[in-house]
Amino acid sequence: METYSFLRAMADSWFLLAMTVGFLALCVWAFRPGSRAMHQDVANSIFRNDDRPADPNPAKKEA
Amino acid sequence: MWDYLKLIGLGLVAVLAAIAANYAHDLAYQVNALTVMLAAGIAFLWVLRSAGDPRPNLQHEYFDSVIRAGAIATAFWGAVGFLVGVVIASQLAFPQLNFEWAQGYLNFGRLRPLHTSAVIFAFGGNALIMSSFYIVQRTSAARLFGGSLGWFVFWGWQLVIVLAATGYVLGATQGKEYAEPVWYVDILITVVWVAFLIVFMGTLFKRKEPHIYVANWFLLSMILTVAMLHLVNNAAIPVSIFGSAQVQLYAGVQDAMVQWWYGHNAVGFFLTAGFLGMMYYFVPKQAERPVYSYKLSIIHFWALIFLYIWAGPHHLHYTALPDWASTLGMVFSVILWMPSWGGMINGLMTLSGAWDKLRTDPIIRMMVVSIGFYGMSTFEGPMMSIKAVNSLSHYTDWTIGHVHSGALGWNGMITFGVLYYLVPRLWNRERLYSLSLVSWHFWLATIGIVLYASSMWVTGIMEGLMWREVDANGFLVNAFADTVKAKFPMYVVRALGGGLFLIGALVMCYNLWMTVRAQPQRATQHSAVPAE
Repeated sequence: METYSFLRAMADSWFLLAMTVGFLALCVWAFRPGSRAMHQDVANSIFRNDDRPADPNPAKKEA
Repeated sequence: MWDYLKLIGLGLVAVLAAIAANYAHDLAYQVNALTVMLAAGIAFLWVLRSAGDPRPNLQHEYFDSVIRAGAIATAFWGAVGFLVGVVIASQLAFPQLNFEWAQGYLNFGRLRPLHTSAVIFAFGGNALIMSSFYIVQRTSAARLFGGSLGWFVFWGWQLVIVLAATGYVLGATQGKEYAEPVWYVDILITVVWVAFLIVFMGTLFKRKEPHIYVANWFLLSMILTVAMLHLVNNAAIPVSIFGSAQVQLYAGVQDAMVQWWYGHNAVGFFLTAGFLGMMYYFVPKQAERPVYSYKLSIIHFWALIFLYIWAGPHHLHYTALPDWASTLGMVFSVILWMPSWGGMINGLMTLSGAWDKLRTDPIIRMMVVSIGFYGMSTFEGPMMSIKAVNSLSHYTDWTIGHVHSGALGWNGMITFGVLYYLVPRLWNRERLYSLSLVSWHFWLATIGIVLYASSMWVTGIMEGLMWREVDANGFLVNAFADTVKAKFPMYVVRALGGGLFLIGALVMCYNLWMTVRAQPQRATQHSAVPAE
C-alpha cells in the first residue's frame, strides 16, 4: 500500500479511536474520586505568593 | 566570561548585518539589515557598560522589570495597531486617502498586514509574553528562569515587530496571511520563541507549588503549538541570502491547506488558548474568588487541544480542497462550540456570588464583557464554518466583522482588563489614577465594537446576497462595483467604530501613565525590604 493511503486509513481508524479514548480517559481522570481536595487547593494557589517567591530554604529541609 | 561571549556575538551580528546591508538586493532587506546592525550595536554598548558588574542574588524577588516593560509595550503597540486599523478602514471608505505621494508605501495593501501584525503579534504577543511571565512566576512561587533571558525574549520580540513592520511598508512579504514576515524574520522569531519556551518551562521546573495551575497549561500549549505552526508554515527557501524574497516549499492546494492549518490555529492557540490562560488567572484574581470549576477548566483545556487543530479547512470551503477535508474542518468547528462555551460559562460563573462587583468594579466589567464576546464569536465562528452559511458569508465583510468581535471584544477587552490589573501592582501604586476613566474606556470600546460588528454584518450579508442574485434568465444582477458602492455608508460606520475603540485605548494609556506618575506609592512589606 502506498504511504498516503496507509496514513489516511490509519488516521481515520485506529488513530482516531486512540485520540477519542485518550480524550475520554482524561475527562474521566479529572472526575476521579478524591480529586476535589487537590483541585480546590490548585484553584486557590493563585492567592498565595503574590509578592515574592516561596522561601527557597523552607524549614523542613533544615530539620 | 559570559559577558565577553555576548560582546563577541553582538559584535559579529553587527558586522555581518552591515555587510548584508551593503550587498542587499532590495530596499526592505537593506533597511532591515541596518536595523539589525543598530540593534546589535546598542545591545553591544549596553552589555559593555554593565560588563563585570556584580550580579546580586535576586531569587527571593520576582523578575518584574521585564513585565513592566511588557505592559508599556502592550499599551504602545495597541495604540499603534488600532491607529493603523482606523487609517485603513478610512482608506476603504475614502480611497482618496491612498495618497499619491505615498503610492507603493502607505496604501491599503501595504498597511493591512501592518495592522494585522501590529494588533495580533505586537499588541497580543506582548500581552501574552507579559502575562505568561507574570502568571508563571506567581503560580510557581519562583523567580523567572534564565536570568536576563527574559529581557532577550522581550527585546527580541520588539525587534521582530520592527523588522516585520518596516518590511511590509517597503514591500517584503511572504504573502501568507498572518505569516507575512520573510525568511530571516522567521528565523529570528524561532530563536526568540525557543527562548520564551525555555524561560517558561524552566520556571515551571523550579516551581515551589506542587501542581501546575491551569492557566499555565493554556499558556504552555500556546507556546508549543505556535512553535510547531510557525516552523511548518514558514518552510521556504530564500532566493538569495542578501534578499528578502523566498519560495515556499509547498505548492497549490497543499500550500493553501498548510497556510490555513497555521492561520486557524494561530487564532486558536495564540488568540484563544493564550488569552484563556490570561482569563483563568486574572479573572479569579480580580474577582477575588477561585475559578468556578477547576474540573471544567481541565475538560475545557483538553477539548480545545483535541479539537482546535482540525478546524482549519473551514477557511477553504468550495475550493480545490477535497470535500472530505472541508467537511472534516466544518464538523470539528461545530463540535468546538461546546468546549468554547464551557470555558465561557466557567469564566462567567467565577463571579457567582460576587455579581455586585459588576456595578462597582469597571475592570471586572471589562473582563466579563470580554468573556461575553468570546462566547459570541465562538458561536458565530462555528456557524459560519457550516458550508451552507459559508457559501453566503465567505469573502464578504461578515468575516471581517466576526474576526473583530473576537479580536476587539475578547482579546482587546481582556488585555485592557489585565493592564488595569497589572499596572498598579507592578509599579507598586495604591490604586488606578481614575476609575471613571476606566468606565469611559469601557463604554467607548464597547460602543465602538458594536458599531463595527453590526455594520459588518449588514454589509457582509448584503454583499453576499448581491453577489449571488440572478435574474430570470440566470444572469448575475449586480456587478462587483455595485456592491462596493452600496457598502459605502457601512464603511463609514465601521471607521467610526474603530475610531471610538482607538480613543478608548488612548484614554487607557493616559490613565495608566497618570497611575504611575501621580499615584502614591503603596506601603507594603515588599518596599521595606532593602535592595541588597
